[in-house]
Amino acid sequence: MSITQPTDAPAAGSSPTGRSLGIGSGRPAHAQRGKPHYGIHLFLTVLAIMWLIPLVWTIFTALRPKADTDKYGYFSFGGSFNFDNFSQAWTQGGFAQYAWNSALITIPSVILVLFFASMMAFAVSRVNWKFNVTLLIMFTAGNLLPPQVLAAPLFEMFKLLPLPYSVSDSGSLLNTYISVIAVDTAFQIGFVTFVLSNYMKALSPELTEAALVDGAGVWRQYWSIIMPLCRPALAAMGTLEVIFIYNDFFWPLLFLQSGDRLPLTTAVNNLQGQFLSNYNLIAAGAMITAIPALVIYLLLQRHFVAGLTLGSSKG
Amino acid sequence: MSTLSKTSPRGARRTAAPRAGRVRRLSRRDKWVLSLMVGLPTLIQLVLVWIPTLLSAALSFTRWNGLSLDDIKPAGLSNYQFIAENYPPFWPAVQHNVLWLVFLAVIATPLGLLLAILLDQNIRGTKIYQSIFFTPVMLSLALIGVIWQLFYNRDSGLLNFLLGTAGTPHAVDWFGDSGVNIWAALIAATWRHAGYVMILYLAGLKGVDPTLREAAQIDGANAVQTFFRVIFPAMRPVNVIIIVITVIESLRAFDIVYVINRGTNGLELISALVIQNLVGEGQVIGVGSALAVILLVISLVPITFYLSRAFGKDKEA
Repeated sequence: MSITQPTDAPAAGSSPTGRSLGIGSGRPAHAQRGKPHYGIHLFLTVLAIMWLIPLVWTIFTALRPKADTDKYGYFSFGGSFNFDNFSQAWTQGGFAQYAWNSALITIPSVILVLFFASMMAFAVSRVNWKFNVTLLIMFTAGNLLPPQVLAAPLFEMFKLLPLPYSVSDSGSLLNTYISVIAVDTAFQIGFVTFVLSNYMKALSPELTEAALVDGAGVWRQYWSIIMPLCRPALAAMGTLEVIFIYNDFFWPLLFLQSGDRLPLTTAVNNLQGQFLSNYNLIAAGAMITAIPALVIYLLLQRHFVAGLTLGSSKG
Repeated sequence: MSTLSKTSPRGARRTAAPRAGRVRRLSRRDKWVLSLMVGLPTLIQLVLVWIPTLLSAALSFTRWNGLSLDDIKPAGLSNYQFIAENYPPFWPAVQHNVLWLVFLAVIATPLGLLLAILLDQNIRGTKIYQSIFFTPVMLSLALIGVIWQLFYNRDSGLLNFLLGTAGTPHAVDWFGDSGVNIWAALIAATWRHAGYVMILYLAGLKGVDPTLREAAQIDGANAVQTFFRVIFPAMRPVNVIIIVITVIESLRAFDIVYVINRGTNGLELISALVIQNLVGEGQVIGVGSALAVILLVISLVPITFYLSRAFGKDKEA
């Protein structure tokens, strides 16, 4: 993997200027090294504690049984701590189903985004066509639109598109996972195409020239030569897109009417009504929803940060 | 397949007039493959993003209850007139969107920049601090709304306990009271935005040529002067991204207010009003679309700004 730290990523992505290529590898040894920064530490520690309070409070509440908080009050340490709220939310609260729905939506969407965006990026970065820049602008701009702008026509289009009842129990694309996957994919392709095309442009053109001389077709150039070289960028974009699509609240809210088809992120909207004022259970539901994102963060932090900085390297 | 018939003529037309030497060596099969590689994503993008955007604009000039296509009636500019004159939540929503932008631009973004500057110095534990400040960026804004609801709750929330008002008549319902809830929501949004800005600026700061800093210091500039006169201007590409993200985020703000109270009672935002007009019983697609077009037109400002920087190579110097 060549993305070892965020600095390397923009260097690869935006090399036309070569601005940061030479210095990306090493951090400057600051003169201040070793000098104590008590003031800075105090400030950062206070702020870090403030930053953690909402999360810690949620975990704290989630770990306490409702009976104990009723008895001792929410702001107390009395009573026991256990995972009962988590298991109750998982089994009775339907969170097992929501988690499964999240997987059903997120995994196909990310695969489709990477597949379509890498093809598009390959075509516009390796072949000189007149409309390359126009297409790229269209793709990039599409990703920046507020989703509410296209909500009404998409909803009506899906409602009016008849499907056999054997495929969809609503008789249309509404209330199907396909509708959410399709729109999530369409919305995210733009951003990933933009980033991957910058990455591919930075690769040497001789790579595919040589393959062409050897008689390799376009598809082989794409699949066997360019894609393996893009692995760091694909890993970064894949991680980023898993988080983006997992965290998407709006499209499932718009398209899915059955509560038991919602993914976790959209289901948290119903926590209040579902668990009434059992805040312990609400907190447990919130933490269950946070866990996949936090696990990915812990395991793939490098790729996630690389993805964010790749996306912002050109401007 | 309809995709084939739509994309093939386009691909053929393009490859028929090759612009570069490389294209000329493409076989017939390669041309087909390439036109599919471009055509499929483009078709998806057109059908699911750009055509709906145009349809939104068209629907904003009609009156429609969303039931049957035959019910669509032309309405001229009456939806826009209605929004400006007879739709009470509209102007508060505009004010809230502006407030959202100002708050992010004046508080959240500079806070993220400050964190990045402090953490860019080789202080002990910088990775731990970065991880803490970055954690909320991983969470969805909907989830952030729920988490802060638990913190802000009138009777069971931590904040009122810390203030000593819990259980008393002085206890404030931070998300419920229309006088304070927009500020409470903005603090929750800052929790996420500052970490996002921090991580982008940390990458930006590492990309700045260290000799610039040394040269400025040799010339006798102090730390503040060095930053504002030398380092900050050198991060221009990152600054552009941060400006665009800050503006777009304030226009896209939706999830957090929708989770709190669906964007009513002090939390009106244009994006939430769009949805309020599209769902529910009194579907007013025309009004919802007109609000969507207003949102679109405002969004085109940061989008155009960004595209001109990202694709206008001449302007980069």
